[in-house]
Amino acid sequence: MNKHRILEHPVLGKLANQKEMTFTFDGKKYIGYEGDTIASALLANGIRKLRVHEETGTPRGIYCNIGHCFECRVTVDGKPGVRACLTEINRNMVIESGKQHSTPFKPTDNEVDLPRTYSEFENIYKEEKEG
Amino acid sequence: MYDVLIIGAGPAGLSAAIACREWNLSVLVIDEFPKPGGRLLGQLHEEPDGKWWNGIEEAKILLEKAKQLNTEIRCSISAHHIEKNDHGFNVYTNEGVFEADNLLIATGAAETPAPLPGWTLPGVMSIGAAQVMTNVHRVRVGNKGIVVGVNVLSVAIAREMQLAGIDLQCMALPALNPVTADYGNPVKVMEGLLRIAHLAPSAAIRFGSSFLKGDGAKDLAVKFFPKSGVKMWGMPIHLRKAVTRINGKNQVESVTICDISAKGEIIPGSEKTVEVDFVCIAGGLYPLAELAAVIGCPFQYIEELGGHIPVHNEQMETPVEGLFVAGNITGIESGKVARAQGTLAGLSIANRVIGTDGQLENQIQQAKMNVKTIRENATIQFHPGIEKGRNQMEETFYNILHG
Repeated sequence: MNKHRILEHPVLGKLANQKEMTFTFDGKKYIGYEGDTIASALLANGIRKLRVHEETGTPRGIYCNIGHCFECRVTVDGKPGVRACLTEINRNMVIESGKQHSTPFKPTDNEVDLPRTYSEFENIYKEEKEG
Repeated sequence: MYDVLIIGAGPAGLSAAIACREWNLSVLVIDEFPKPGGRLLGQLHEEPDGKWWNGIEEAKILLEKAKQLNTEIRCSISAHHIEKNDHGFNVYTNEGVFEADNLLIATGAAETPAPLPGWTLPGVMSIGAAQVMTNVHRVRVGNKGIVVGVNVLSVAIAREMQLAGIDLQCMALPALNPVTADYGNPVKVMEGLLRIAHLAPSAAIRFGSSFLKGDGAKDLAVKFFPKSGVKMWGMPIHLRKAVTRINGKNQVESVTICDISAKGEIIPGSEKTVEVDFVCIAGGLYPLAELAAVIGCPFQYIEELGGHIPVHNEQMETPVEGLFVAGNITGIESGKVARAQGTLAGLSIANRVIGTDGQLENQIQQAKMNVKTIRENATIQFHPGIEKGRNQMEETFYNILHG
């Protein structure tokens, strides 16, 4: 896991005596350092993709790394929508990447389905009124 | 129930907390990040006198002082709403509601995005993200990258990445689009570059700065900007090349880069693909001021200060009784200015709590002077018109109160 660590630094000095911590991401075990955020611990392990876009499934990773953009949201110990860049890893933390969702808000042609959007609702309402 | 609640444990928030504790006020500092220090934590640059400004060490000094004064600092707390109550404020957070008579919002700044096609790919990040990974977490963001966007902040951070041994191909502009606007305009970028020219070991840029004061000269400099870029610390900075696209399937694989005219227009047929595995986007900073808006503080747009600023006076007071601001929320400046503003805000708050006190009055006057001196001597100036912007803010405050 030290492949991506900056162990030596001309001004900040050596990175030494870090306490290791094991956590899992999508079922696989990884080691990070105490004080790592989920984002930094994963990046240190070479993992950049933290979730996929809920609708399109395209990959996403960190963007701002300070909690503003919410691009890095993951599920932590069952809690969804946790920002990986602001959350420190814990021993045995269970992290899941964000997955693609079904798209219930897309228009549907199936008549038995309830309206999924306001415009669909309006259309049905209009039809009922007129019909 | 606190005398003062401070949102943000960066240079402004921590200094304010120290000043308040020295006058024995009850203080709570909250911050969203797991560690206190704010953006001090990533900062690392060499001053003209050859000494290093190490933000991590600076943060430690402030924290040590705050600890000695038994300051309550709680991290990993996000404030999302503020309401006024009959004596002060209710601050709503993920850890419940906190009450305080006075409130200091010291939330700092955020980065303006400069979106490009492909910017959602893993491996694309803001320049500040790379700074935190490099200097705070000590993690390499990639093996070979490119910085898109040339400004005071991105040049400083590019240097920090070089120090950490991270290979940067070059710095170039984002292709002009309705969002990237000025960041894609070579002449505007040149203006920004000149403000850090004195920090550059590059003769070309220092030479440039000596005769580039006039607008015409700036245009000329951009027109004749070397095709191979100007090297700063051995890394080419391009003003006549722009990145039009970031390519890759599951992560960044390359960027498409084009030659551009002095006005930023793409020169047809000049497209090239450059292989990189990470991209840092740098669109500059804007004050992070939403919480001040939530509580009804009036705003003023001042370009020199970086955008929409909560109205405040020289003592960091807003027109909302008991609400104070300090640091980059009041205008984009260096961490040193933020630290001095924090002390001043803390003393102003003490003044509101304690009332008239000769010694306190003296300290406030001194703190005001200190902010001015530090501003005048700033090594890194984010905008040349900062003083003008500050004066405009003073006027706005006066007009709101007396107009």
